[in-house]
Amino acid sequence: MKPEESATTGADLLVKALIDEEVEVVFGYPGGAVLPIYDSLFKQNRLRHILVRHEQAAVHAAEGYARSTGKVGVVLVTSGPGATNAVTGLTDALMDSIPIVCLTGQVPTHLIGNDAFQEADTTGITRPCTKHNYLVKAVGDLARTVHEAFYVARSGRPGPVVIDLPKDVLMNKHDYEAPKKPVQHKSYRPQVKPDPKKIEQAIDLIQAAKRPVFYTGGGVINSGPKASKLLAQFVHLTGFPITNTLMGLGAFPASDKQFLGMLGMHGTYEANLAMYHCDVLIDIGARFDDRITGKLSEFSPKSKKIHVDIDPSSINKNVRVDLPIVGDAAHVLEEMIRVWKARQPRIDQKAHKAWWAEIEKWRGRNCLAYKQDKETIKPQFALERLYHHIKDRDHYITTEVGQHQMWAAQFLKFEQPNHWMTSGGLGTMGYGFPAAMGVQIAHPDALVIDVAGEASIMMNIQELSTVAQYRLPVKIFILNNQYMGMVRQWQELLHGGRYSESYMESLPDFVKLAEAFGAVGLRTGNPSELDGVIQEMIKITKPVIVDVLVDKAENCFPMIPSGAAHYDMLLGPNDRAEKPISEEGMVLV
Amino acid sequence: MSPVETASRHTISVLVDNEPGILARVVGLFSGRGYNIESLTVAKTNEKENLSRITIVTAGTPMVIEQIKAQLDRLVPVHRVRDLTLEGEHVERELALVKVKGTGEKRVEALRLADVFRAKVIDAKSDSFVFEVTGASDKVDTFIGLMEGLGLIDVGRTGIVATTRGGEAI
Repeated sequence: MKPEESATTGADLLVKALIDEEVEVVFGYPGGAVLPIYDSLFKQNRLRHILVRHEQAAVHAAEGYARSTGKVGVVLVTSGPGATNAVTGLTDALMDSIPIVCLTGQVPTHLIGNDAFQEADTTGITRPCTKHNYLVKAVGDLARTVHEAFYVARSGRPGPVVIDLPKDVLMNKHDYEAPKKPVQHKSYRPQVKPDPKKIEQAIDLIQAAKRPVFYTGGGVINSGPKASKLLAQFVHLTGFPITNTLMGLGAFPASDKQFLGMLGMHGTYEANLAMYHCDVLIDIGARFDDRITGKLSEFSPKSKKIHVDIDPSSINKNVRVDLPIVGDAAHVLEEMIRVWKARQPRIDQKAHKAWWAEIEKWRGRNCLAYKQDKETIKPQFALERLYHHIKDRDHYITTEVGQHQMWAAQFLKFEQPNHWMTSGGLGTMGYGFPAAMGVQIAHPDALVIDVAGEASIMMNIQELSTVAQYRLPVKIFILNNQYMGMVRQWQELLHGGRYSESYMESLPDFVKLAEAFGAVGLRTGNPSELDGVIQEMIKITKPVIVDVLVDKAENCFPMIPSGAAHYDMLLGPNDRAEKPISEEGMVLV
Repeated sequence: MSPVETASRHTISVLVDNEPGILARVVGLFSGRGYNIESLTVAKTNEKENLSRITIVTAGTPMVIEQIKAQLDRLVPVHRVRDLTLEGEHVERELALVKVKGTGEKRVEALRLADVFRAKVIDAKSDSFVFEVTGASDKVDTFIGLMEGLGLIDVGRTGIVATTRGGEAI
């Protein structure tokens, strides 16, 4: 075939490249600069386009899709405001290492730099909030760039990649170039296989440990379901306790007796104290985030630290470690298990028994306890009841950001990876609802619930229109305390109870709001009605908003105040008077 | 926790794809993460493979320097990152163009000092010189310092370029 005969427009090439990258769904919003792409989408039926109501939601939906499937999420937005609206989502995906390819329209090449209509310096704006970005200046580079972008997004430590597409490039013609396998990038080569010597050294440390703890994070989930299986296998082989970060929940079954719950600022007493008192800390795919470490100088002071991470820049960034291992979690775990089995090490049973006894004592404090009365629903109670009714169903949980998010992490139990999506690094209010849409698109028959607060949900509430259009039966479970709860909690603890601008004035009637979009609205503030309402929510095959009116003054405990050490934990409302928060702590977020 | 570590100066050589935006990526990384740049030079150095070499002089504690290198290496178009300061012996040079205006004894003195510093006269007018001086940065500093009293009116400096000693490429 002669090139002229086979030549296709840039937009058609793009669609072809997406199909070759096994893309099934694109979340997007049209506009002038991307009209050629929308025309190409119109003429085919392999790619499904989901029309969102705001570009930020397109990225979050793609994140939900990506996190629940392990595939790359794809976003398509127009130039200028389309691209700038996507920036929050891209930053969110960067912080949480979610593979996204975001296609942005751009004004034609000859107008770039002219302050043209709907022009923005998209590659300039998105440079710090993407793993990488491209401006495609010639149609001949288009297909190759798309394939490279997918490779960069999904390999190594995953992340968002932007491809900026000037309109003339989309309309010019060129031959298609299929993806080359295996990909060999000229400069980007993530290290997935660990150094075998370091694995041996790690096992030396692990087998000699007397008070060990596994501390694992989102890296295990990003590595794929196999990594979670290997993690469980290795943790069971060793018999050691394990704690997960917010991003790592689900990588190890929450119901397992070796699981200590989440650690960090709102983590459990037993997990944080195990971190403080351990002698060997085995970090797999977690990055010593400030929500985890608390006061750095008092973070796990007595331990030898092993840190497994695919990203060398995560190592020794916040906490100096003794044994860094660069590699993919699954590969590293596989090797660790192999060496462990080959050695059949004899561990110090007596020391381990004593360590577990200590942990059980901490666990006995029952740090998540709360008091439910007959009058008002405690948010913790609402989530416990929710979990009771969904635990035997195929379910996925997303959250917004705030108190409800922390309670969800504490009170819902995650048994498998890829079933929990929350904005961990960036802490983006408005994340959960669009993310739930993306999850529901990927898993049409599953029960998908966005655990929300009444403040966060307002940040992307326009997506009710999207779920109506695609009949997505997403459930929004609002813990409504009429406050930006976490802001209110901090104002109570740190700012003398001056609740500056944290009261949610003029909230909508969520039941009527649901109805206005063809969804179903349910409401209760009565503990005795709660079970019935949850059961009804599950039964309804349409989108549902459940407005649960909860105790307005409830705070999220345990809490390690900013700048405090792991042992300085507030366990409940009576704790705070004795331990005033330091000024150093107050300047931290 | 480790004791307070002291900051030291490091010369880092970065081999990158010569593509639009690469310098912005590198500079943005430094500003975005609060690292400082004492000197930065960049130019295309490999025509065939279209590569540029960026030489950065920065300062920080060992942990910060390690982080800077890891962050640089993480950028997709970066081929190689080398810490010349850590890797042993290396040479650093800088070039400056120094304009001095004056007549009489000062003019003669400027010319005499230029000779001592092996600076070349690359432009001469009846009341001014442009000197080209090359060397380690402190030599360039000293020369410029001396010219200050002799009618210095303009300085352009390239920033530091560097390479390792011995027969191996970076």
